[in-house]
Amino acid sequence: MKQGSRLSTMKKSTKANGITYLMLLVAFAVVQIFTATGSMTNLIKGLLVPACIYIIMAVSLNLTVGILGELSLGHAGFMCVGAFASSFFSVCMRDVITSEWVRFPIAIIIGGVVAALFGFVVGIPVLRLRGDYLAIVTLAFGEIVKNLMNVLYIGKDDSGFHFSLKSAADLGMEPDGKVIVKGALGITGTPRDSSFIVAFILVVITIFVVLNVINSRQGRAIMSIRDNRIAAESIGINITKYKLMAFVVSAFFAGIAGVLYSHNISTLTATTNNFGYNMSIMVLVYVVLGGIGNIRGSIIAAVILTVLPELLREFSDYRMLVYSLVLIFMMLFSSSPAMVNFREKLSLKTKRSKGKKAKEAV
Amino acid sequence: MEFLQFFISGLSLGSIYAIIALGYTMVYGIAKMLNFAHGDVIMVGGYLLFTISTTMGLPVWIGITGAVVGCTALGVVIERFAYRPLRGATSLAVLITAIGVSYLLQNLALLIFGAAPKSFTSIVTMPAMTFANGALTVTGESIVTIAICIVIMIVLTLFVNKTKPGRAMHAVSEDRGAAQLMGVNVNGTIALTFAIGSALAAIAGALLCSAYPTLTPYTGAMPGIKTFVAAVFGGIGSIPGAMVGGLLLGLIESLSKAYISSEMADAIVFLVLIVVLVVKPTGIFGKKISEKV
Repeated sequence: MKQGSRLSTMKKSTKANGITYLMLLVAFAVVQIFTATGSMTNLIKGLLVPACIYIIMAVSLNLTVGILGELSLGHAGFMCVGAFASSFFSVCMRDVITSEWVRFPIAIIIGGVVAALFGFVVGIPVLRLRGDYLAIVTLAFGEIVKNLMNVLYIGKDDSGFHFSLKSAADLGMEPDGKVIVKGALGITGTPRDSSFIVAFILVVITIFVVLNVINSRQGRAIMSIRDNRIAAESIGINITKYKLMAFVVSAFFAGIAGVLYSHNISTLTATTNNFGYNMSIMVLVYVVLGGIGNIRGSIIAAVILTVLPELLREFSDYRMLVYSLVLIFMMLFSSSPAMVNFREKLSLKTKRSKGKKAKEAV
Repeated sequence: MEFLQFFISGLSLGSIYAIIALGYTMVYGIAKMLNFAHGDVIMVGGYLLFTISTTMGLPVWIGITGAVVGCTALGVVIERFAYRPLRGATSLAVLITAIGVSYLLQNLALLIFGAAPKSFTSIVTMPAMTFANGALTVTGESIVTIAICIVIMIVLTLFVNKTKPGRAMHAVSEDRGAAQLMGVNVNGTIALTFAIGSALAAIAGALLCSAYPTLTPYTGAMPGIKTFVAAVFGGIGSIPGAMVGGLLLGLIESLSKAYISSEMADAIVFLVLIVVLVVKPTGIFGKKISEKV
């Protein structure tokens, strides 16, 4: 059988996923070539890991927003949980496990699992609620996490760990004790284990898992819930289970993005811009701009919107303004009934004219 | 005595929340959408008042009128151009648009007025009152806020129950299609609801900035989200519910600031939301709506 015919008989989803992977491969090769030839500016080099972080964030949020059809505004909260959990681990184990090739993978798993646990705990009560409520509760969750991280103190001395929600002095430690999490000052001294290679591998894993979830039996169940909850329930799909599944997977990868983030900077603090509402909205912009439910779109949007603002620094005041307009106009164009009708008419017309041409050709 | 002091400040904060929550709950009841931008309309009201009375030096009553008129117009414009085209679209699309509008208002304010906080002069000239030999102080702002809140509550209840446009609101929130068949102007009614909600937001903005006299582009965001908690607490769509929810929320926030931790007050408020939604998702006064296939 010839290559071409195999391509045409391939399943549509396989073909689309193949293009996504190919795109990643090309991007990776381009980065490697540029690095090898030394034509990479420091600015771009510094953006490589953040770009990967945002890709992971956008793809995982797209699983909740696009595939599950529920709006989560607390995605940054999961990232925050993952970042702090893994950073805490790395700082504690810095002297015990010296090899970063052992320590960092464990940190990644810890960050992801802790975020997934939070996703599970938040998801159980919340996912039984309707859309608007889910959005506001996830938003509340994100704010709670950010708030807690700003008052949390954890210290370590010979007798073990000490926790406090008031101040470092309140920990009641022995004099040789070390404060690891310093409330609003966050965690300092996280080893800088994140590198582009690791980040890229994690991007590939994220995309692989998310695409496979989408194209699996579970993914179809999740999408059926999105399209018609009552119909899905009536054919025996366990709504809570599948919703929770998508939500937990999404939280897991947000946690991993948090690990990459915290191991890429030296001081980790929770502010509105990195783990608050603003971050959740920014990731939502990536998802909306790339197309809700379109994984490849999320990747492209995340990369473009990470690199572009850095290159256009003089317009940085207008960036958020443009983001908000993007949200509004994308929604008006893609979802307003008038526009949907208009597009349907248009596509019908082009189809008809194509059909005519095909007939004429025959 | 100390408790009473915190109780009164909670009541005053709660009254502001209640006024904001009224706008939220009315819009939700009628348009069935979460107006995320509501909190930012409060901020716009604050800036309008600041510009007119502090920067331009005009009397306060002109400032308040200007803020109310400006916010009402803003609410109607937002409804007309951002939300009306999406009527009938999925709730996800509407929600994302509302977030976009909220963000747009914040960033426009940031561009126009800058990020530096403006110190707001209180619009209340009433002096503080002391009771029990100075052990209990009630600020003029508290008294005015609580009084205004009660007046708004009474007027709004009368308006919704006794007047024709008010009953049209009831009809539209009950069944939009049937209301239209009965000759109710649905678009007009929804626009009117947005206008009332935004006017209330302007008043709330003036009171909020008087009680907490710093004004930044993000002033409205937090109260906006918190009053959603209040609206849900009382049962979203219900006017007395918004009132009770707002007052309870103000009390919870003020008392937890006083007795637990001031940094964690916000977290506690949001925890209340999660607990309420899990235990009684319809809120205190909410109606249970069964879904029809």
